[in-house]
Amino acid sequence: MGDAIGLALAIAAKDIRAELRSRTAILSALVFAALVLVVLNFSRDPTRLSSADLAPSALWITFAFAAMTALNRAFTTERENAALDGLLLAPVPREALYLGKLLANLAFVGVIEAVSLPLFIVFFNVSMGGALPGVLAVAALGTVGFVAVGTVFSAMAVRTRFAELMLPVLLLPFMLPPLIGAVQVTAALLEGRPLSAVGGWLRLLAVYDVVFVTLCTLIFPAVVNE
Amino acid sequence: MTGSLPAPGVDVAAARRLVRIGLRLSGLGLAALAGVYVLAIRFTPTEASQGLAQKIFYLHVPAAWTALLIFSLVGIVSALYLWLHDPRLDLFASASAEVGVMFSAVMLTTGPIWAKPIWGTWWQWEPRLTLTLFLFFLYVGYLSLRSAVHDPAERARFSAVVAILGLVLVPFVHLSVYLWRTIHPMPIVLKPSAPSLPPEMLRTLLIGFAATLLFYWGLVTVRYGLGLVTRAREAEAMRNA
Repeated sequence: MGDAIGLALAIAAKDIRAELRSRTAILSALVFAALVLVVLNFSRDPTRLSSADLAPSALWITFAFAAMTALNRAFTTERENAALDGLLLAPVPREALYLGKLLANLAFVGVIEAVSLPLFIVFFNVSMGGALPGVLAVAALGTVGFVAVGTVFSAMAVRTRFAELMLPVLLLPFMLPPLIGAVQVTAALLEGRPLSAVGGWLRLLAVYDVVFVTLCTLIFPAVVNE
Repeated sequence: MTGSLPAPGVDVAAARRLVRIGLRLSGLGLAALAGVYVLAIRFTPTEASQGLAQKIFYLHVPAAWTALLIFSLVGIVSALYLWLHDPRLDLFASASAEVGVMFSAVMLTTGPIWAKPIWGTWWQWEPRLTLTLFLFFLYVGYLSLRSAVHDPAERARFSAVVAILGLVLVPFVHLSVYLWRTIHPMPIVLKPSAPSLPPEMLRTLLIGFAATLLFYWGLVTVRYGLGLVTRAREAEAMRNA
């Protein structure tokens, strides 16, 4: 067990190191997230819909789209030069390989979210007040589950034709429950309501994360085993 | 490549026979559906407040039940596939998924046609409608994934993974949309107490359900038989290559 976690961390570290050396993917993903925020701001009629009304959805649409671009690249790098075959030949349990990729993806998406959040506060003129810890918590809760599913799907999508299109078509239905919940919680928090008012949603998000991280860890070997 | 090819010598003649049986069953199913409509319009009382518009119920609800049944079946059969690696399970799952997409499309088109005169709106974002729409999208994705993967074994594994994850996702979608809000009529047949539908209407509904099931069985048999023939041809082409 300890071994598996060590291996997962090693795989995640490899991915993060590779990304830090090139920085191309993360930079384009960040610019993409900023552009989505700008476009969303101009998608409303300012005399009818205040930026505060659109803010929670804008935040989560940005997170979802940016995560999608991040997930799209998760296995494309492994595909080049057949690096995935090398990984699969190594004496690493498939579950550890999956958890490593999941951790790397979470780090990647986490960085994008951490950078888009201040941009969001500035562009949408949001006064966070005491809501910041709650928003950070719901960002984590809302993200883990769909990144877990997205990691499995991106491993499949790179093996298909039209990989860049296949991932969103498969993954968007799975983003529906976390997205609905996270938007509701974020809206409540920004209005200054307490976390206890959205307890049902928080439980739903937490159960979603636990169920899909477990299930995806168990099912991932079926994706890569020939 | 385990499980990618059928056992050497798929009986093509038997597969063709299966296709013919399936075609006959489908024809029978279609005729039964027409019969259900005669029954619904001539021999079933008209609903007091909704009038004739309610007749669409006898197609809408059976199509919805059949689609949900099919998608649950695809999820279970896909789990069995990952366990047993029998290509026939994959073939049955994919054939069923195609028919399921068709039935959910029927449900999604009859729903708005019924909703417009009764609810005054084409579409409502409520749990059961959203769930069916979501399943429809999920399985359109499932089918396009299948068409984008070349290797048969890989195609089978990938689509099984999508179907299993999709089955687990169903309660989450239902619950999250339910928490969001609802105006769909509460269940009148599948509920803990006795059905609140008049017996004549219930009878027509159940016969309608039987007719859609028969139609499903016929179409799946056709697709399954055609799938067997395709596999045999693929195997032949690979041997000759």
